[in-house]
Amino acid sequence: MPHTVASPGPTSATRRFTLPTIDVWAVGTLAVAVAVAMPILWVLGLALTPSGDIWQHLVDTILGRLVWNTVLLMVGVGVGTFVIGTGTAWIVTMCRFPGRRIFEWALLIPMAVPAYVIAYVYTDLLEYSGPIQGLIRDVFGFETRHDYAFFEIRSLGGAITMMTLVLYPYVYLLARAAFLEQSVCVLEASRTLGKGPWTSFFKVALPLARPSIAVGVSLVMMETLNDFGTVDFFAVPTFTAGIFDVWLNMNSPSGAAQLASMLLMFVIVLVGLERYGRRKQKFHHTSTHVRALPGFQLSAPVATLAFIACALPVTLGFIVPAWVLGMYATDFYQDTLDADFWTFTGHSLMLSGFAALIAIVLGVFLAYSLRLGQTSWVRTLTRLAALGYAVPGAVLAIGILMYLGWLDNTIDGWSRETFGVSTGLIFSGTVIAVTFGYVVRFLSLSFGSAEAGLSKITANMDGAARTLGAGPMSTLKRVHLPMMQGSIMTAALLVFVDCMKELPMTVILRPFDFETLATFVHQYASDELLPEASLAALTIVGAGIIPVILLSLTIARARAGHTGQGQAAQTTEPALIDLEEVAP
Amino acid sequence: MSVHPQNPKSTNAKRKFPRSMMAIGLALFSATTIASAHASDAVVNVYSYRQAFLIDPLVKAYEQKTGANVKVVFAKKGLLQRLQSEGMNSPADVVLTADINQMAEFEAENLLQPINSATITANIPAQYRAPDGMWTGLTMRARALYTSKTRVKPGEVTTYEDLAKPHMKGRVCTRSGKHPYNVSLLASVITAKGEKDAEVWLRGVKDNLARRPQGNDRAQVKAVMEGECDVAVGNSYYFGMMSTNDKKPEQKEWAAAVNIIFPNQDDRGTHVNVSAAAITKSAKHYAEAVKFLEFLSSDEAQGIYAASNFEYPLKEGVALDPLVASWGMFKADDRNLSEIVGAHTTATKMMDTVGFDH
Repeated sequence: MPHTVASPGPTSATRRFTLPTIDVWAVGTLAVAVAVAMPILWVLGLALTPSGDIWQHLVDTILGRLVWNTVLLMVGVGVGTFVIGTGTAWIVTMCRFPGRRIFEWALLIPMAVPAYVIAYVYTDLLEYSGPIQGLIRDVFGFETRHDYAFFEIRSLGGAITMMTLVLYPYVYLLARAAFLEQSVCVLEASRTLGKGPWTSFFKVALPLARPSIAVGVSLVMMETLNDFGTVDFFAVPTFTAGIFDVWLNMNSPSGAAQLASMLLMFVIVLVGLERYGRRKQKFHHTSTHVRALPGFQLSAPVATLAFIACALPVTLGFIVPAWVLGMYATDFYQDTLDADFWTFTGHSLMLSGFAALIAIVLGVFLAYSLRLGQTSWVRTLTRLAALGYAVPGAVLAIGILMYLGWLDNTIDGWSRETFGVSTGLIFSGTVIAVTFGYVVRFLSLSFGSAEAGLSKITANMDGAARTLGAGPMSTLKRVHLPMMQGSIMTAALLVFVDCMKELPMTVILRPFDFETLATFVHQYASDELLPEASLAALTIVGAGIIPVILLSLTIARARAGHTGQGQAAQTTEPALIDLEEVAP
Repeated sequence: MSVHPQNPKSTNAKRKFPRSMMAIGLALFSATTIASAHASDAVVNVYSYRQAFLIDPLVKAYEQKTGANVKVVFAKKGLLQRLQSEGMNSPADVVLTADINQMAEFEAENLLQPINSATITANIPAQYRAPDGMWTGLTMRARALYTSKTRVKPGEVTTYEDLAKPHMKGRVCTRSGKHPYNVSLLASVITAKGEKDAEVWLRGVKDNLARRPQGNDRAQVKAVMEGECDVAVGNSYYFGMMSTNDKKPEQKEWAAAVNIIFPNQDDRGTHVNVSAAAITKSAKHYAEAVKFLEFLSSDEAQGIYAASNFEYPLKEGVALDPLVASWGMFKADDRNLSEIVGAHTTATKMMDTVGFDH
């Protein structure tokens, strides 16, 4: 935003010049909202341009398959994460068995592993030439593939399993918070009325927690729609894969935009589901009587089952992939280092840090602007703009590439005509394009966190500060920012880690001689070179663990506090806020 | 962003634009301007669909010889779309592709300009150059078949057509049907046998696959060695690369498990493709780009291609690598490459119609 106007307006003795005063908040909010909405609008516009016979070809051939696979994938991952997330949340919240306290936070850790990384690892383990099938052949003396049956990991089922294993923590986190929030009274009432623990779970606890779980599952499904790395690697024809295919293999941007617009309809349904879930949340505090949950003491055999049920997702979702990558890395770390590992790491850190910084600044700006009061259409536009996390990266990538390309060439054309000087490419093919993509996609995280943080600060504070003569900016700086430091730091971290993991947009928008850890891992793994890239994959996982640890600490604190009534409501809240925003 | 005059009514939400923010904005702006400033003229910028390690030896040789600075940007996909969106401001001077159809798309989208060079015309035979001079081939490779030494009898597979025959049920491995190499192969079948028969053939191959198309060409040979399938489709130079891979000696074992077969020797010949080069319409360093391409067509560069990449040089008189020569001479399907280009779109769509990958 380069303002070059510095008119000598009314000056005070201490200021040499002042800028024309503008309504920073209203104009800024509008500008940010429009800029962020632009890529999506561009895609919709592009979809209206003719794509020749591509659309007919898609309808005749792959469209049905894309829809069917996308729906199956979403339903599969939705059901899988629902069962694992809700089940484990219930077990660790309500039952007492050895290891429960560890599982309370350990169940979150698979969240640190990007779906594409786990997909690469399990393919290496489970494909025909992998160690597991090799062992089976050695033990039983099989010679070829026809001698025995083994499931194909590169398949829809494989993709569902991979995504379920790393996405269930979203549901777990929300379900657990909901179970903790529930008044034990309703459960006691249920038990008193003669219902067993299972019936109480299905008839009372689950319906009460439904809104939170619905939010969790819809977040998971958004992640599923966004995934590119896994479906690309497994050759599962989903919408995201189809968009890339039509765009890059058939060279039809408008055909791809048409697919993308169809995909947006899925997104709208999901956002609706999520909103619906949140809306109902207000109604389920039926009793204010909250005290420590009694906890069912499990008998030894049942406790063993509970232990296994909790250990399995953690083992498969984190321990196995981390261990395999670790083994590879000890053998092949030199190859990763030789491939310019430090440069990629530097790129990843720089891009993610830059994007996190901008996202936080804009997020706080938007949230505070809404707090100051804006007209209803600005509010609506802002909320729309903050939907970025629901829009798959592939869709944003097309919009951004086309939009920035147009912008660059328009500016250049204008500058050539007016000044006879070429400005060249200002945005496309630079880190600005990819940073812009990150900010558009993850602004919702920072905006949501800032809004949540601000909502906890009473308006009396604003009143007091303003009465004492502070303007909005100074109030924000001196009152609100210090008070919401915690949520801002968390949000920055989440945005940062999500940017580190992000693949579809980075692949398309990065400058061309520019690898990040994610694109490097993707490129090597798709060339059957996972071991050589394992150190980089581990680095991404390692970065992802940091916010998970923070979340775990929040959970630990929530557990310690949930004996006191008032405390219970407060301590579970941060966890809830975090999860609604954790959308890598 | 427009600048609004101060509105005295609502002092609440209105503030002067902080100077610190403006300073940051200006700093960022100037930083990007500097970043996008043009480099010096002794530069050739290359967008390459060919992997960096294949190009490196040539680039190094050229840089040493001329002192020029060649910057190669590699991507598997999306270079054309990038070039399109960059328009006249693209930094790219040269495009390198691994397949003729990839190059044809650049030409179809009007992104190239003719290469005016008598040297290239003299070095590269006419059938491997665009008639309008828009691109030139640099090397040739065959789409070969790799058969298991133990499980495939001599004479069992001698043509691409054999891949679709009943006796190959569950024995064929290949990479994605959407990969340019396979699209070009299908296009060559379409031009040889007609659309209808080609589709029947493609369905036959699909039915015979041992596993869903996946991995790269080398991975198919690995699958043959491990018994997952018996016949793999792959480019010829991989045989040489695997046989001599000291960095990954296990690949020598993969190669040792298979025979390389050049199919259709008794009729149209083995499908061949070229790696190609062109100059972008927006090239800022045209003269440098021509020089670079002339070098790539020279004895020296063609020799490097032959020796380090195991490809077939297009310039006459350049010797094959001894290893490549040991595979024997073969009859290439040398109908004009533009025929294959013409069938490219049909082939891409046919892969979808048949659902080859799924």
